[in-house]
Amino acid sequence: MAEAQPGALLRIATAGSVDDGKSTLVGRLLHDLGAVLPDQLAAVERASRDRGLAATDLALLTDGLRAEREQGITIDVAYRYFATPTRRYILADTPGHVQYTRNMVTGASTARLAAILIDARHGVVEQTRRHLAIAALLRVPYTVFLVNKMDLAGFDESVFADITATLRAHAGRLGVPSPAAIPISALRGDNVVERSAATPWYQGPTLLEQLEAVPVADDPSAEPVRLPVQYVIRSAEKNYRGYAGQLVSGVLRPGDKVALLPSDQRSTIAAIDLNGVPVEEAFAPQSVAVRLTDDVDVARGDLIASPVAVPDAVREVTATVCHLADRPLRVGDHVLLRHTTRTVKAVITELAYRLDITTLDRTPHPDRLRVNDIARLSLRTSAPIVADDYAVNRHSGAFLLLDETHGDTLTAGMIGRSSIEDADLP
Amino acid sequence: MGRSRCLPYLGVLEAEALHIFREVAAEFDRPVLLFSGGKDSIVMLHLAAKAFAPAGLPFPLLHVDTGHNFDEVLAYRDRIAALDGIRLHIASVQEFIDDGRLSERPDGTRNPLQTVPLLAAIGAHRFDAVFGGGRRDEEKARAKERVFSLRDEFGQWDPRRQRPELWQLYNGRHRVGEHVRVFPLSNWTELDVWAYIRQERIELPSIYFSHTREVFLRDGMWLAPGAWGGARAGERCESRAVRYRTVGDMSCTAAVDSHAGTVEEVIAEIAASRLTERGASRADDRLSEAAMEDRKREGYF
Repeated sequence: MAEAQPGALLRIATAGSVDDGKSTLVGRLLHDLGAVLPDQLAAVERASRDRGLAATDLALLTDGLRAEREQGITIDVAYRYFATPTRRYILADTPGHVQYTRNMVTGASTARLAAILIDARHGVVEQTRRHLAIAALLRVPYTVFLVNKMDLAGFDESVFADITATLRAHAGRLGVPSPAAIPISALRGDNVVERSAATPWYQGPTLLEQLEAVPVADDPSAEPVRLPVQYVIRSAEKNYRGYAGQLVSGVLRPGDKVALLPSDQRSTIAAIDLNGVPVEEAFAPQSVAVRLTDDVDVARGDLIASPVAVPDAVREVTATVCHLADRPLRVGDHVLLRHTTRTVKAVITELAYRLDITTLDRTPHPDRLRVNDIARLSLRTSAPIVADDYAVNRHSGAFLLLDETHGDTLTAGMIGRSSIEDADLP
Repeated sequence: MGRSRCLPYLGVLEAEALHIFREVAAEFDRPVLLFSGGKDSIVMLHLAAKAFAPAGLPFPLLHVDTGHNFDEVLAYRDRIAALDGIRLHIASVQEFIDDGRLSERPDGTRNPLQTVPLLAAIGAHRFDAVFGGGRRDEEKARAKERVFSLRDEFGQWDPRRQRPELWQLYNGRHRVGEHVRVFPLSNWTELDVWAYIRQERIELPSIYFSHTREVFLRDGMWLAPGAWGGARAGERCESRAVRYRTVGDMSCTAAVDSHAGTVEEVIAEIAASRLTERGASRADDRLSEAAMEDRKREGYF
């Protein structure tokens, strides 16, 4: 395992089914980067033999829960860690089947890059369209198509060209900007970490080169300050009161004027403490505590923001949602809405339509949302929330709906117009 | 200003951990931090102190003491407990054995016995959030663990009841009697923990570094004799230069051959190691393919 030098961290998500060779790909990536150690490999070899398999099944590296091993499928999101000499990676390995749409949504929510697998023999199938639509919906900034099993398609350039043309057309309609496409064989390792001699016609990057080239973060100075207040740190003996939170966007310095929302007060940053030490500057995604020049009333759930282009405090919200729970969701249901660090009551006022994530067909006014449904809904909250459009900010534009009695997470929501709404439908 | 505003990976992991500590302090009534004196819990404590500086920790520590701990680790724990603003509770496996609520296993291993005193302490103190040092890179069943992991009133973990975690929105809602295990180091690897120890110059118990110790070989593991037991017939004690990669009950925590005497040397050694941390030093995880999953279901850390 190469030791990661203080470099950047990149979060990626993989989508695809067992049949696409996704687990094999993840196993290959970990193996070729030296992140699989011999004792883990030995355990997988032993488990493969126990199951009567002729060859070592690298998928067993990632299928961790007993139900998954018994059924031979990935159910839950598994997180994997590997490093190159310059970067640390967190890989969310998500299942591909339609009944696990919510798991892919979960993995994609924090990903900076989505890697979507396609079986070269089958081309763009229903599942591929669904994975691409989810990446678009969650606004994963970068997408790469991995056309896998090229060895079974004779490493034929025209097979790869046909698939990528179809994919790029579909991606364009969904507003996914210029995704990369790479011909690979996860089984043999072609173009994963090592460049393949079997694809001389392919001039683009290997998967690893692609991962190493993706910018890990947008320039925070280009964005307005968003600091949701998490916790008020008080120390009477030190005469200290600091508003603690994680900057979800922007750059903050002492002396900066800020808006305090939703109360709409104004104040100035007196000091910024990073890990308990005063600093001259803080930027997203650092966790800080700020002190203000004025004695104002600020609490958990409030937002400290740039005083220009201040987001509105709203009680009516329209959003694209993915329903995550077995309990259905109906118009009139009372729920809790969790947005940044604020929790308010909410009632569902309209289910505008359910979206078939594969065909992008809409069913108007469904009577309820079921698990894995993607839909457009409206709700009204008991108290205002200060939100951005999800298209502008993936953190201050996202929310969860929770069950009022047992607290379970019901629904994930993205505020404002979705990329799918803007899709140029065929 | 032309300066780079790309946070190095340790800074990202640190910011995420501080966010998690503050979420728990804000959303729960009675959090507690599990403190074993091992490196992961020491790093957790260091991060928690940063999250609430300059104020003190808004929650106590809990040590589940198996009664078979390394002396160096207990001494470290007691030094921490003596610091200003630190409150430490101890749940003692030995007390449970002495009064008959637990009985010693034939193999002398006390790691699985920790679950009962842990759950009793959680119940007695009505802790509703319990910080653990678990990392997803440790083991396959852990790879799917949530940062906020809901436990029922029996402390049990049901993988089907785990809530999806999206963005940075952690859901700590729970019913009376339930509690939530919280893992601020979920996204850290063993190397990340060591790199952070180096960066922050965090002091560790001496057993993490090479020293000479009497050990004997059992099931391919170098175990140290102690109050828990020692070499059986056919097992021979010898003096070796070793260190520990994990710290737990002496009966199932193995030493590894090592000459790494500094943090720098430990990092170089781990980077070159061909064994995982648990594979190298935890006998309890070898029991079955699903050993960790089974213990988690029952309420283990």
